[in-house]
Amino acid sequence: MTLFEGKVKEEYEIKGFILEQSITRRLEALGLNDGTKIILMNRKKNGALIIKVRGTRLALGKQIAQSIEVDKCK
Amino acid sequence: MKPIRVAFVGNPNCGKTTLFNAVTGSKLKVANWPGVTVEKKEGEAFYEDWKLTVVDTPGIYSLTCYTIEEKVTRQAVMDDTIDVIVNVVDASSLERNLYLTLQLLELGKPVILALNMMDVVMERGMEIDLHRLPELLGNIPVIPVSATKKTGLSVLLHGVVHHYEEGPKGTVVYYGDVLEEKIKKLEQFIGETLLVHGNPRWIAIKLLEGDEEVVKNYPSQKNGIGDKSYEKEIIQIKYGYIEEVMKECLHHKAGKEEATDKVDALLTHPVLGVPIFLLIMLFVFFMTFTVGDGLKGIFEQGLEWISVNVEAGLYAIHGQPWLISLIIDGIIAGVGGILTFLPNIFILFLALAILEDSGYMSRVAYVMDGIMGRAGLSGKAFLPMILGFGCTVPAIMATRALERQEDRLKTMLVVPFMSCSARLPIYILFAGMFFEKYHALAAFSMYGIGMAVAVIVAQVLHKWEGGEAKNPLLIELPEYKRPNVRTIWIYVWNKLKDYLTKAGTTIFLASILIWAVLNFGPSGMIEDPSLSFGASIGKLLVPIMAPAGLGMWQIIVALISGISAKEVVVSSFAVLFGAANAHSPEGMDRLAEAVRDINPGFGPLNAYALMLFCLLYTPCIAAIATIKKESRSWKFTIGTIAFQLFFAWTAAVVVFQVGSFIFP
Repeated sequence: MTLFEGKVKEEYEIKGFILEQSITRRLEALGLNDGTKIILMNRKKNGALIIKVRGTRLALGKQIAQSIEVDKCK
Repeated sequence: MKPIRVAFVGNPNCGKTTLFNAVTGSKLKVANWPGVTVEKKEGEAFYEDWKLTVVDTPGIYSLTCYTIEEKVTRQAVMDDTIDVIVNVVDASSLERNLYLTLQLLELGKPVILALNMMDVVMERGMEIDLHRLPELLGNIPVIPVSATKKTGLSVLLHGVVHHYEEGPKGTVVYYGDVLEEKIKKLEQFIGETLLVHGNPRWIAIKLLEGDEEVVKNYPSQKNGIGDKSYEKEIIQIKYGYIEEVMKECLHHKAGKEEATDKVDALLTHPVLGVPIFLLIMLFVFFMTFTVGDGLKGIFEQGLEWISVNVEAGLYAIHGQPWLISLIIDGIIAGVGGILTFLPNIFILFLALAILEDSGYMSRVAYVMDGIMGRAGLSGKAFLPMILGFGCTVPAIMATRALERQEDRLKTMLVVPFMSCSARLPIYILFAGMFFEKYHALAAFSMYGIGMAVAVIVAQVLHKWEGGEAKNPLLIELPEYKRPNVRTIWIYVWNKLKDYLTKAGTTIFLASILIWAVLNFGPSGMIEDPSLSFGASIGKLLVPIMAPAGLGMWQIIVALISGISAKEVVVSSFAVLFGAANAHSPEGMDRLAEAVRDINPGFGPLNAYALMLFCLLYTPCIAAIATIKKESRSWKFTIGTIAFQLFFAWTAAVVVFQVGSFIFP
């Protein structure tokens, strides 16, 4: 599944992204790597969402969220 | 004095500028959102017999850069003249901050870790092991500081001096046998060839990451070592190392972060987010008008007193009539009128300062992302627009935080539509003269219209370009915090100082110039201003402005002079009609009467068209210069001016014509 399909308050683990190079690099520098755990904090119905990763909150646009493959953490 | 050059480097919004202000005694703007600092700034500090030149830089997450501000920092850090790097770190978000630290350590320059916001860490009941942390970072000094409370500063300066004399420390992160082998080979190759300065290990790692700039300088790809990009591995190994560091150094991880989450549940609500933002802005302008107006009365009385007494004084010393006219009708009317707005300006900037320091700004980027998405921009482009409510010049500079040049240009084109503080006096004067009890509503509407026009113009432009939306939002949301009194004071004081400086320079000169243009004609000094040079210029343009209900040469002169600074529109009116205290109730009555004397039909509709024109037409000369500097294109700058003039004229004409039809 992609992060975009995620539900608020759930924790997910990143599997990988399919994004243009520059944004991928940015996300990686911000600490979103394969295996990193993130919590979905808030979201709009069909738009941007807020995640918590490594102790900080990030707002991500729809296109980014749609390109992040995640698995739900148990 | 022995000199050292020190760079303050760190993630966005970790407190570099606050620390810089505390160390150097400067008063640079600080706020609580990522991207406030877009230029590097220098200051001085002294410690024992050392003179430290401190460089404050825009925040970065990594030394691999994309935006203009990030490149500024990378260049500053890489600069050979920088002797010591102070890595400012937000201790409450240590894990993410340490990634940049590990990169900085690889540069091979002395690095000192300034652990900022330790109070937040303690408040949350977390503990950082200050013995283990330096050990894991190659024994660099780790110094807890509080930029806001100014603690730990002399320890920090001592660390800088001491560490500078000691030189850099060794390697911290080990990348595994395979990568280390490659790094070693590249290091040898780099050591033998090419440039002399720079740390070979850092260059080797950057080559393996495929860093464009380094690859360009060291085209070593051929020898088969840098066969592919190892960037992902290198980043993951660094973060892996950081996870180890966190495990050993951070205790009682958990805590009291819910406050921010609770506030966010409301402020970033999927449905209520936008209405709440609009309500907050409405409240800001409401305060600006009501509280500001209350205080303005005091200033007006003061001005009246000065005007009367100076005039009496000038007569008493038998001043020449032209001199009395210059001082009373020119300078006091022009400059004094603007000074009475100080309370409104003060309240506006106070409100904006609190907004910026609270942590809400980033949330606005999130909340507005959907609306800006339809303009092909990310919500981040809305931040310069909010700054535009204060002043267009810094707002245009803030577009540097946007990644793509096209987005920057589009944002620069619409930012001037956001009603800046200089336009406030125009609204207050004309709404006050012609809208009586609805004056606040009429003035308010300008802010709404400005914001709507900015968004709609960007959206139409996006459609026209083909509508490819590829601009994802990516912004950090800081914790909310109680605004800091000192931070707010620095912010507001800087703005008030700018305003007073402008009144004393641009507006002062413009007032004298306008007085001269209106009191002199081909035959020398004249009694009747309609024979003046100003009148002849204005009369040329009367046919063009007549359809907008603004076909009076006096108005045209005021609008032209308004390009020097928008407040000057008001000064011009005051000078034109010799109304020394234009904004007091009596002043407004006198001015309205004078306008009606010339054009009996001039009513609320004309006034509204005038306000609208002032909102939308070419920004002031300072803003134009900034647009030129930031766009680096005369074509774009002139195009922007032409577009804004045409747009303002069209809007004013439509409003006046349709309005005249509805209310004949």
